[in-house]
Amino acid sequence: MFDFIMNDVLGTPAILVGLFALIGLLLQKKGIADVISGTLKTIMGFVILGGGATILIGSLDIFGNMFEKAFNIEGVIPNNEAIVAIAQQTFGQETAMIMLFGMVMNIVIARFTKFKYIFLTGHHTLFMACLISAVFATGGVTGVPLVIIGSVLLGLLMVFSPALLQPYVRKITGNDSIAVGHFGSLGYFTAGFIGKYIGDPSKSTETIKVPKSLGFLRDTSVAMSLTMAILFLVVAPIAGKDYVEAELSGGVNFLVFSLMQAITFAAGVYIILAGVRMLIAEIVPAFKGIADKVVKDAKPALDCPAVFPFAPNAVIIGFLFSFIAGLLSMFLLPIFGLKVIVPGLIPHFFTGAAAGVFGNATGGRRGAMVGAFANGILISFLPAFLLPVLGSLGFEGTTFGDSDFGIVGILLGFFIRLFS
Amino acid sequence: MKKILVVCGNGLGSSFMVEMNVKNVLAQLGVEADVSHTDLTTAKTEKADLYLGSSELISTLDDGTRTIIGLTNLFDQEELKRHLEAHLC
Repeated sequence: MFDFIMNDVLGTPAILVGLFALIGLLLQKKGIADVISGTLKTIMGFVILGGGATILIGSLDIFGNMFEKAFNIEGVIPNNEAIVAIAQQTFGQETAMIMLFGMVMNIVIARFTKFKYIFLTGHHTLFMACLISAVFATGGVTGVPLVIIGSVLLGLLMVFSPALLQPYVRKITGNDSIAVGHFGSLGYFTAGFIGKYIGDPSKSTETIKVPKSLGFLRDTSVAMSLTMAILFLVVAPIAGKDYVEAELSGGVNFLVFSLMQAITFAAGVYIILAGVRMLIAEIVPAFKGIADKVVKDAKPALDCPAVFPFAPNAVIIGFLFSFIAGLLSMFLLPIFGLKVIVPGLIPHFFTGAAAGVFGNATGGRRGAMVGAFANGILISFLPAFLLPVLGSLGFEGTTFGDSDFGIVGILLGFFIRLFS
Repeated sequence: MKKILVVCGNGLGSSFMVEMNVKNVLAQLGVEADVSHTDLTTAKTEKADLYLGSSELISTLDDGTRTIIGLTNLFDQEELKRHLEAHLC
């Protein structure tokens, strides 16, 4: 029975999130129709999200293969979903328990301290719970102590990360009603912090006139298809027509294949966004249900794209400069005797774009560029330093992507060695 | 019941916040409507009585068949209220 609840019910993130929505809707005393449809749509949103990820990862794998062939680099590709999927086989229960009790801790901390943040980015909560389980288990802490220490730690991180960013979020949004809850916060904080010293917020990226003819790029699915098409069409010829057609495309012309993979990637993003939209649309009001009852003046801490609309130009600039830093780091890492971290588009897009928005808020154009660049360096070097902490578990080949997973893992590993 | 669709580039962040503002304003005005939010691509194929969004973005939907409201300041509740009153009351 215990096993059924922990593994099958709470171990399925979609159901866990659905339960969260259900409780929220019940607390709001919604009608039976709203409760049923809200809960179902939340779970369905999660399933759609997973479906989109599968499509996207398929195309990304092909890109990874071309990249390795083209530049003869065998590197570690940071991918949260992959590392969590591997770790779940060993630490599924601990992760689910830490996630659940970590969320409870978050609400408790928000209720009794002045930090009124509720961390709503569920997948990041799951990843962090998994990282904590893995690092502690490597250090020999298991069972009940692991769940207790892990949950308290997770709850603290879920409040500390939004609190760290809030001064900058106020600058970005112009009010104090939302917070950012995303474990790339070290990169965003760095971007905001550096921006203050090197730039001028009045020279905002948003005063750059984007020609009206480029307006169609604001349509995410179009912009994404074009960006990926350029990347694929540059890398594919270097990897070689023969290699692509023999190994990857099954005989289809390498340029046609590359173009289709680029659009497939964008289609994956489109599906993921549809899933996220469905998920958030029910979770946010549900969260309000819980928060209104338990925590007065609670602030929802949302996924990083929440700040994108406040500076759309900084989003594009941030992505580009973070990715450039990732490419440079790829050549720098071996010089320091570290493993090569292949820059992933997804972490560089999301955290780079957000870092650009934070840098722009404190330092204008220059802040956006340098801030995002700093973020790109962080998400290349931190995963490389994190590898030894996880490496003994046979986790090599992939690792966690975002900056906070890196810094938390490294610090935890250090303290565990100190005390054991 | 009228259907109002709030549109932004991604259909996640700003359109969702504006949707919550719209629901707020509608409650103040005592008008009932079906409000939801989406991205630009989906908006082109989804039917609604009223399309709302930032003026430069929403103009790409303006092909003469739709009723469109372009907002200068996306988060200004007063501006939103003026527009909604003009169209719904």
